[in-house]
Amino acid sequence: MHDQISAAIDAATRNALLSELAGIVPAAALLTADEDLKPYECDGLTAYRQVPLAVVLAADESQVVAVLRACHRHGVPVVARGAGTGLSGGATPVGNGVVLSLAKFMRILEIDPLARTARVQPGVRNIAISEAAAPHGLYYAPDPSSQIACTIGGNVAENSGGVHCLKYGLTVHNVLKLRVALIDGDIVEIGSAALDSAGYDLLAVMIGSEGMLGVVLEATLKLTPKPQVAQVVMASFDDVIKAGNAVADIIAAGIIPAGLEMMDKPATAAVEDFVHAGYDLTAAAILLAESDGTPEEVAEEIAAMCAVLEKSGARDLRVSQSEAERLKFWAGRKAAFPAVGRITPDYLCMDGTIPRKHLAHVLTRIAELGEEFGLRCANVFHAGDGNLHPLIMFDANVPGEIDRATGFGARILELSVDVGGTITGEHGVGIEKVQQMCVQFSREELEAFHALKAAFDPRGLLNPGKAVPTPRHCSEYRLIGSAKGATT
Amino acid sequence: MSDLTEQFADRIRAASGPLCIRGSGSKDFYGNAPRGEVLEAGGHRGIVGYEPTELVITARCGTPLAEIKSALAERRQMLAFEPPSFGDAATIGGVVAAGLSGPRRATAGSVRDFVLGVKLLDGEGRLLTFGGQVMKNVAGYDVSRLIAGSLGTLGLISEVSIKVLPLPMAEATLRFELPQDKALDLMNRWAGQPLPVSATCWADDSLTLRLSGAGTAVESASSALGGERVADAAAAHFWTSLREQRHAFFAADGDAAALWRLSVPSIAGALDLPGATLVEWGGAQRWIRGGSSDAPRAAALRVGGHATLFRGGDKSAGVFQPLDPVTQRIHRDLKRSFDPRGILNAGRMYPDL
Ligand SMILES: Cc1cc2nc3c(=O)[nH]c(=O)nc-3n(C[C@H](O)[C@H](O)[C@H](O)COP(=O)(O)OP(=O)(O)OC[C@H]3O[C@@H](n4cnc5c(N)ncnc54)[C@H](O)[C@@H]3O)c2cc1C
Repeated sequence: MHDQISAAIDAATRNALLSELAGIVPAAALLTADEDLKPYECDGLTAYRQVPLAVVLAADESQVVAVLRACHRHGVPVVARGAGTGLSGGATPVGNGVVLSLAKFMRILEIDPLARTARVQPGVRNIAISEAAAPHGLYYAPDPSSQIACTIGGNVAENSGGVHCLKYGLTVHNVLKLRVALIDGDIVEIGSAALDSAGYDLLAVMIGSEGMLGVVLEATLKLTPKPQVAQVVMASFDDVIKAGNAVADIIAAGIIPAGLEMMDKPATAAVEDFVHAGYDLTAAAILLAESDGTPEEVAEEIAAMCAVLEKSGARDLRVSQSEAERLKFWAGRKAAFPAVGRITPDYLCMDGTIPRKHLAHVLTRIAELGEEFGLRCANVFHAGDGNLHPLIMFDANVPGEIDRATGFGARILELSVDVGGTITGEHGVGIEKVQQMCVQFSREELEAFHALKAAFDPRGLLNPGKAVPTPRHCSEYRLIGSAKGATT
Repeated sequence: MSDLTEQFADRIRAASGPLCIRGSGSKDFYGNAPRGEVLEAGGHRGIVGYEPTELVITARCGTPLAEIKSALAERRQMLAFEPPSFGDAATIGGVVAAGLSGPRRATAGSVRDFVLGVKLLDGEGRLLTFGGQVMKNVAGYDVSRLIAGSLGTLGLISEVSIKVLPLPMAEATLRFELPQDKALDLMNRWAGQPLPVSATCWADDSLTLRLSGAGTAVESASSALGGERVADAAAAHFWTSLREQRHAFFAADGDAAALWRLSVPSIAGALDLPGATLVEWGGAQRWIRGGSSDAPRAAALRVGGHATLFRGGDKSAGVFQPLDPVTQRIHRDLKRSFDPRGILNAGRMYPDL
């Protein structure tokens, strides 16, 4: 484990800032007492905690701008926060810094059915957008499993994906325009209601920037027509590798399923116990492959997928026979994290993406590493796009287990890079994977990231210490890494 | 097929003035006039990797677009953003740098939506890798997508990885005789329904629409929508001529006349502008031919879009829509961070970049 991030701010500055903040928001919206700050000390990555100087619950744009200006003037770091469901510590506070909560920005400003767009505030929950669009036969396609809770501001910051993003894209493919406040309080509109805008594609840079370039104040999103029907095939395999090959076979057959997900045996066991989705508990892996579209199209595609799956060695195939059954099959997959959470005191969720052809090697190595570190691991896999979520189970109350778990996780991430993949597919780098950035990127590339950041936030006050390590940080990590390599 | 990266890097490091990066020159007409010594990037070519079942192709910048398209077609796959080539020799580096997408853009996405990774030589000749060959990757800022459409002003794209998709199982093209207003309304309504529309074009009171997808879906949509069915060969010819701007609309007044591209919200009504109009992308892209003034720029801005002087006309007032001051400052800082000496394709996009 490494140190929590903290800024060196003297007492006079702290006091001056706090009294300014008190002039910007009502007393109830400025939290400074320990017991009030406690709920904000971490996000979904609970292994890292840090109490901030203050939490500000801003209610409108002018308050956000005033808070940013005050912090900027005093040189105090700011961490934007949505629902705090992030899994990489992106919203973990910075010591002596301010947490700027966007939770009060909960309004859906406009649904335009003809233009197929939704204009929403950043604190709107992902699922609320699809609910609001439903009467028009439309929905917001990216559907992270946390969609009941997570906010669109967080989705934009992490470039979140969901189980349907193989066909419908990630957040970056579904955002048209953002209204953003920069650290100095300047407001900038990025993107437009058209399909592109003049100049550089700043939208691509802002999405996935982990709250380090600006604070999202408003987002215009693309809505997608709801398919007439959807159906899912559940296939069981007695070998994980066979299941992985089946995924390649489906794609080779020219099919892009609406969803293509895999779970290994430990994951299905945990899930079945929790949601009773009817999963095959004896299978080494199960695959969920969804088709959506017109009734004729779905019938054709489901038949084609079943034929491929059978040929690829599926032991058993079940096709959902009703919407209720389809949702039940998915409920298990969507509840995979909390389900694993029930069978272990703590877990770490990894998020590497790998070229699928290396799946066999990677899963074998993960199993070996599990033995080496003496920890259990369940694997949930966005199989269609190669995004693997090993869930490492541990108990933080057992001395040393958390270090073993983070060590195990680090090795999995490095393995993802070794096979030509990446350390994070959708959860972000945050604090959790900041050291593995040194493995994936060269010194020059990291310098380029810092330079890019400086174009938006020259003083480095927005979410400092996250996502992009400093060169010094990396040389220390490489030293420790090689020392470790020498002794094991 | 030698690796010219080192040579390019040396050229960039040794440069004392502006360098003009050129693939095949097929898009020399686009943007502000190229200036500086020409750096020929076309020799750095070849498909480096193609994994049909991973849906990704990686190629060096000078690889001809045609070569990539035929490699993909052999495995029944395609570049879904349907890029124009504007000449037989177009290279993939130029396709990504120009960031131009074709008829399928409104439904499939644009160049940037499919770029997964780049190897980039920055203005100091450093070789930087961003993104990769996998579909989901949020490690670090998404520089690869930023590079798409940056017109070579941030670096020389030496290699690029692109997501590919299967060719549709079936296609059908329908034609309707309709005035512009009616066509705009219909295109927007249809886009709100789960129909497999993959391209639209309205010109001369005629709306042409392409359906792509599973055979049954295409057939049922085509009988539901009606219209006149265009024969397959004629349809293929039509969509190619539209993509390559060889369609009669574009050919009408020769290369010197102004051709404006307006990118607007699809629901914007017919724009009140002199000159002929061709509408694509379900209403989101409008081509205006002729007219010498800046009127298209103002018209696009009024409805929340922007206008580009795409070909011909008087480029002295700039080709692209001017940026607001804050956005402009960010652009300048980004340019400086990738190309501190300001030598790569200087001025091609905006005078100060
Ligand atoms: C059970 C569970 C399942 C999950 N499943 C998925 C999944 O399927 N796919 C997936 O991609 N993720 C998933 N996640 C991760 C997480 O839900 C997403 O990353 C989500 O987008 C975070 O949203 P949030 O509102 O909770 O953001 P937070 O955790 O509050 O913040 C995340 C980051 O966004 C920044 N941020 C928040 N709001 C703003 C704003 N307005 N402007 C600028 N920056 C901002 C923060 O500074 C931080 O860096 C899951 C998490 C859990 C707990």
